[in-house]
Amino acid sequence: MSTLAHVISAVVAGVVQVGVVCVGGPLLLGLMRKVRSRLEGRTGAPVHQPLLDLRKLFAKQRVSPEQSSWIFPAGPVVLVATAVAVAAISPLATTHPPLGQSSDFFAIVFVLLLGSVFIALGALDTGAPFGGMGSSRAMTIGALAEPALLVAILAMSIPAHTSNLPALVRLGLVHPAVLVSPTRILALGSFLVVILAESGRLPVDNPNTHLELTMIHEAMVLEYAGPDLGLTILGESMRLMLLLGLLVNLLIPWGVANRPGALLFGVGIVVLAAKVAVAGAAIAVFEVFTAKLRLFRLPELLAGGFILAVLGVVTAVVSR
Amino acid sequence: MSASTYANVLELAAGLVIVCAVVTLWRRSLSAIVKTLAVQGIALGVVALTLGLHQHDDVLITVGCLVICSKGALIPTLLGRVLASEPKSRETSPLVNVPASLVGAGALIFLAYGATAPVVDLVGTTPGRLIPLGFATLLVGFFAMVVRRKAASQIVGLLLVDNGIALVAFLATAGVPLLVELGATLDVLLVIVVLRALAGQLWSRFGVLDLDQLRELHD
Repeated sequence: MSTLAHVISAVVAGVVQVGVVCVGGPLLLGLMRKVRSRLEGRTGAPVHQPLLDLRKLFAKQRVSPEQSSWIFPAGPVVLVATAVAVAAISPLATTHPPLGQSSDFFAIVFVLLLGSVFIALGALDTGAPFGGMGSSRAMTIGALAEPALLVAILAMSIPAHTSNLPALVRLGLVHPAVLVSPTRILALGSFLVVILAESGRLPVDNPNTHLELTMIHEAMVLEYAGPDLGLTILGESMRLMLLLGLLVNLLIPWGVANRPGALLFGVGIVVLAAKVAVAGAAIAVFEVFTAKLRLFRLPELLAGGFILAVLGVVTAVVSR
Repeated sequence: MSASTYANVLELAAGLVIVCAVVTLWRRSLSAIVKTLAVQGIALGVVALTLGLHQHDDVLITVGCLVICSKGALIPTLLGRVLASEPKSRETSPLVNVPASLVGAGALIFLAYGATAPVVDLVGTTPGRLIPLGFATLLVGFFAMVVRRKAASQIVGLLLVDNGIALVAFLATAGVPLLVELGATLDVLLVIVVLRALAGQLWSRFGVLDLDQLRELHD
């Protein structure tokens, strides 16, 4: 195949991945809500309800609080933009995404972090007390979760000799023994704790509450309305889908297309959707049986995630 | 058993031992900690069994089975009985809070890795590379004994130390002799019996199970 054909196929793959994450994120949210309500004995809204909500929100008029600056509307835009950028270059359905050489795990984490920082800044920008409270809590959790995530990535990159994300997924496909090594299991355990913390799921944050004492993420987006709120919901659900997609691909890489080809890529998309749906449903079931942790107990959970990652590094160095 | 499966199982079991040691620092409820110790005992037995099967060593296989029975079932059951007899102490009361003790455990694990590097170079076999994990379990056990004051938590720390020593022994040499292993397990059992008596005395005299109460001698 010529270079041009390679470039075109990579670009098409990137665009399709972005589309899948854009539609799949809200659907994942709807699925998790459906599973939760079924387990609680309710019928629940249909799975595509978040998509309908988004259509309704995007049709509304834009409003922003008085005396807010350009940062307030920029927050949701940056959140979605970073999620789109990461969706394009991540190994979700293929291990050869566009710009695959530069999709370093550390870089992806920091691009996603940029979105969180902008949402926190947007919440602070309005001067409303809830926004500041939510931002402060979210940044505290973020500051505790980031070290755990960085050490977990370090642990996974030691056996692979690279922190390039497509290469990490490819290593699992080529050498399945890596998948059952304690390093990979401990690092992914730590990654799961960080995903729960970063995407504001139970036991860290209750996504359904608007109780002033406990809300974290909802407090930050309280001032947003209309299309801005729609963008925030879209961005957050895309991030959840992305993080879960990366987790399942690192855990069980089978199904991800390792060679170029439309058929393999299509299979990759279907398998990705199935894996993420199972992971999301599992988290929803877990959430039914868990209570939210007290804010002051959160450092214990995140320190646990951190120590798992540290153990991952030690076992990686030991068994090298 | 192929070479790679053997190394994988060994790594997983040894990794589980140290993860359990850290989980005992993480959890607050004593009954959950005792369950974790049971899992650790089974993992330790699996290490001995794997080594025994690989080296076709009957004594090591016997020791592995014994370890699974005693440390995976007998000792946790006895410890669970002791806990059930103390209704007011379901939770540990650590002197150092949980996040700080976890970070301390992380530092100790790295210390163990640094300190055992010469030994690892000397042994140079597949199990030999995992010695730092056993040494780290031992250090975490000492740490647990230092920062936790309840009588039951001290026993948990002692068991962690014992398991760490056993893991190092299995990995560094081709296992300790059956007699030594039996002796060590009997020691731990004896300690639990003594603890049972001590806990009863403490409970009837002070109404709490805090070893800090034992500062003075009485007639």
